[in-house]
Amino acid sequence: MEVKVLGPGCAKCKSAFQVVEKVVKENNVDATVTKVEDIVEMMMYNIMSTPAVVVDGVVKIKGHVPTADEVKEALGI
Amino acid sequence: MIQQFADWLVYGLFGLDAASPLGVAVNFFFYDTVKILILLFFISVLMGIVNAYFPIERLRNYLMTHKMYGLQYLLASLFGAITPFCSCSSIPLFIGFVKGGIPLGVTFAFLITSPLVNEVAVAMFLGSFGLKVTVVYVVSGILLGMVGGFVLGRMRLDGYLSDWVKQIQANSSAQADEWEKDHTTFWKRLPVIVHDAWGIVRGVLVYILIGIGVGAFMHGFVPEGFFEQYMAKDNWLAVPLSVILAVPMYANAAGIVPVIEVFVAKGIPVGTAIAFMMGVVGLSLPEATLLKKVMTWKLIGIFFGTVAAFIILSGYLFNWLL
Repeated sequence: MEVKVLGPGCAKCKSAFQVVEKVVKENNVDATVTKVEDIVEMMMYNIMSTPAVVVDGVVKIKGHVPTADEVKEALGI
Repeated sequence: MIQQFADWLVYGLFGLDAASPLGVAVNFFFYDTVKILILLFFISVLMGIVNAYFPIERLRNYLMTHKMYGLQYLLASLFGAITPFCSCSSIPLFIGFVKGGIPLGVTFAFLITSPLVNEVAVAMFLGSFGLKVTVVYVVSGILLGMVGGFVLGRMRLDGYLSDWVKQIQANSSAQADEWEKDHTTFWKRLPVIVHDAWGIVRGVLVYILIGIGVGAFMHGFVPEGFFEQYMAKDNWLAVPLSVILAVPMYANAAGIVPVIEVFVAKGIPVGTAIAFMMGVVGLSLPEATLLKKVMTWKLIGIFFGTVAAFIILSGYLFNWLL
């Protein structure tokens, strides 16, 4: 699974990234988590509010820092 | 009720003298902190609920598919007021608007109001200055976005966008994306909204405490009317000067209102104070550096200059009106 956290680097985006990383680690999910800070790449996903979580190319969460439960749901666990 | 709690805590439990500067300062600190934190939390929850039902994608699709003869400036500005603002969200929003072929002026209307009127600013104003000044602030913030956006739109500034944005603009399509309707129920959403609101409160807590601390100190120890001699109503330079000072400041927006509250109590005109706040909250250097990714410096200069000019104008207007 490929998980991307989109956000230009503000505090909210960083905490979103931490939440996702923590969930992936704690549940031993086989996934690579990357943080996307490049605006041009971010715009390909057609999002208008950050932070956003993209799982295998599909935008699952956008506009707020997700809770651990939300991330679990997005990852399908 | 909160006042009674603060009185009980400070004069009763701590045993401070209600007539001493220290007693007044500590009382002010507890009263303002509790009041503002409660307000901030509830306003954040409220705005979170509104936002869950009117996501920004919905506005964009609406603006793209309807012709509105000027009303679009009001709509964009109103939406800017209710969306929570994070300065780094402004770029994706900007691109999203440009992509949809929405005119630059309308996009600017949104960009001006969004940081100006947000949950933190509203809560701080409500807690510090009361309802009347808050309403004046919010209404003028929305008007400022409309007028500013309209004027900027008239200037035909599209040529000053960054090259890659110009390309997006050229390929823009008025075809609205399928707007994914979220079917999550309200009760399932509420915990997330409350969680977010709590995050906002936690994020600015430190600034609020510092701001109220400084405000409390001045409240107790600086004599009435002290600032009047420096920033009186008839000093014409006061408004532009305070706006120029305000533009580079940003992150401490939450901390600055309690200080301004005391400034006003000790003799600074409200209009000057509001103009200063608008400068702090609405325009900032971090925002400018982010905007650099989509605009040339010249466009950022024109944008900031125009907005600052309107803020100065409204400062004079408030000093005259209030």
